[in-house]
Amino acid sequence: MQMSDEKRVILGTSGLTKVFGLGRNKTRAVDNVTIDLYESEIVSIVGESGSGKTTLAKMLLGLLKPTEGEIYFQGQLRDIRSRKKKKEYWKNIQAIFQDPFSAYNTFQKIDAVLLDCLRMRGDGKLPQAQKIELMTEACSFVNLKFAELTNKYPFELSGGQMQRLMIARIFLLNPKILVADEPTSMIDACSRATILDELMKLRDEAGMTVIFITHDIGLAYYVSDTVYIMEQGKVVERGTADACILNPQEAYTQRLINDVPKIHEEWDLSTV
Amino acid sequence: MADTILDVSELTTKYITRHEENIYAVDHVSLKVEDGKTLGIAGESGCGKSTLALSLMGYYFPPLHYSSGEIIIDGRNISGMDPDDVRKTVLGNEIAYIPQSAMNALNPTQKVISIVEDVIKAHEPSTSKKQIYALAKETFKRLGLPEEVLQKYSTELSGGMKQRTVIAISVILSPIVLIADEPSSALDVTSQKMVIKMLRQLMDHGYIKALIFITHELPLLYNVTDDIMVMYAGQIVEKGSAKELVFDPLHPYSKGLMGSIIVPESGLRDVKLTAIPGVPPNLKDPPSGCRFAERCKYVRPTCKVTAVELSDAGHGRAYRCIIPEAELREIYANE
Repeated sequence: MQMSDEKRVILGTSGLTKVFGLGRNKTRAVDNVTIDLYESEIVSIVGESGSGKTTLAKMLLGLLKPTEGEIYFQGQLRDIRSRKKKKEYWKNIQAIFQDPFSAYNTFQKIDAVLLDCLRMRGDGKLPQAQKIELMTEACSFVNLKFAELTNKYPFELSGGQMQRLMIARIFLLNPKILVADEPTSMIDACSRATILDELMKLRDEAGMTVIFITHDIGLAYYVSDTVYIMEQGKVVERGTADACILNPQEAYTQRLINDVPKIHEEWDLSTV
Repeated sequence: MADTILDVSELTTKYITRHEENIYAVDHVSLKVEDGKTLGIAGESGCGKSTLALSLMGYYFPPLHYSSGEIIIDGRNISGMDPDDVRKTVLGNEIAYIPQSAMNALNPTQKVISIVEDVIKAHEPSTSKKQIYALAKETFKRLGLPEEVLQKYSTELSGGMKQRTVIAISVILSPIVLIADEPSSALDVTSQKMVIKMLRQLMDHGYIKALIFITHELPLLYNVTDDIMVMYAGQIVEKGSAKELVFDPLHPYSKGLMGSIIVPESGLRDVKLTAIPGVPPNLKDPPSGCRFAERCKYVRPTCKVTAVELSDAGHGRAYRCIIPEAELREIYANE
């Protein structure tokens, strides 16, 4: 909320809490989380399954209503109570999810997906040639060739290509914030580096804030500026990627690091 | 020298599409696994890793068909056997298989113990329920799974627990070879580690004699296996020990794969990860020359014309490239 030296806070939360269930089954999926996300940085949220990463992301996106706590967008209390305001908010925040295969309409060709984005931007009435130019630019941003894709259906692409096309969509929509929820977990290791590099490109070239959610601390280390570690709904450790991952203070963070297979160091299997 | 448990020579299998086209997804693959060893198979999606796993079991169902080659398990040739015989005498007893979606392999309407009963009765119909329970209890205990799991339905178990239950059931008849196809790719890192630990225990406790481990996660492969084989478009492009392949790859494709390894170790942020551009060729009409030529950084004019054979580099190492070993090393050193 306050101005820092260089970068401004774009999205912040204070005491954000989400409780699921009633009575004895009550679970605090997200528990009193206060975070500040700055402009044009990649923030990783790391934790094991069930630690509340996705619930937090859904609240930031406005898909879930927080039980308690506030969300601030560009210094103001976020207001998405009316449908109109929600739509306005979603111009600023977009998401890509784990499963690129289920993110497309099987019956639509690929150019329809991108044309949809242009319509959402308000460029629906541009002349055809200009539309194609914009779509080609978006595809080349993610190293895809628009001319090769234009007549294809989503199932004709590989998982990695589909996920990159999702990023091309984001490039066209150009939101201020992108929530990337496990974008690489269904992609094979060889295409993973490409996706991560494209997220970094969104930060560097479009000045986007990327919220990167993952359980793999190695990916978080490679891609992010700031890291938040979550355990059972609480943020247990935060810091720059170097500080958090090379010199962890919490036992939980240390455990997450130990659980990832290494190649230069011994991988200790006796800890589980 | 240790006994060879699994000896596969020149195995070729094909998919026959409904337009009567042949797709050779496993193309002249030869491999050997010795007693107590683990072989890893690496490669990107669609390179034929999973088809190879299915083919190794000798159990073919359409559209997958056997074409040529031999599979010898513990001295017995199972290639070309009748599928029914394979199902009764080979699967479960000699080769066990953990599929990629093992999490969905448990019937949600049955308790775990009843699934175990079905598995054992399919092979040894005379076993009594009491004997089965005792065997299941002992296996689960030795593999570090609580006994209560036997009385539960699969929906009551977590993902990691389901996966470990499937592994325990698959080895209950003490198969000779276990094929694990991406056993941990749907799990988070902690459950993944437990699954890996369990696979190691199988070998240590003598439940299996050899393990074939398939994944695209190279750091995992490096930590689990003795030898690694890299596949590309249905062919083996390089094989060697795990250490050699990770730290000193020869084939340009393996070199590219190793450039995409992400581990939380200092120094990672300073290197630029490399990705291999392009997509693998369509196997309906494979290129006549080297299959990797289209995507290769070091491609030469002859690459696209002449087919390349696997050339031996000594000490069980082999790679499929026309550029000689010394020259490849020189190219990599100058990068």
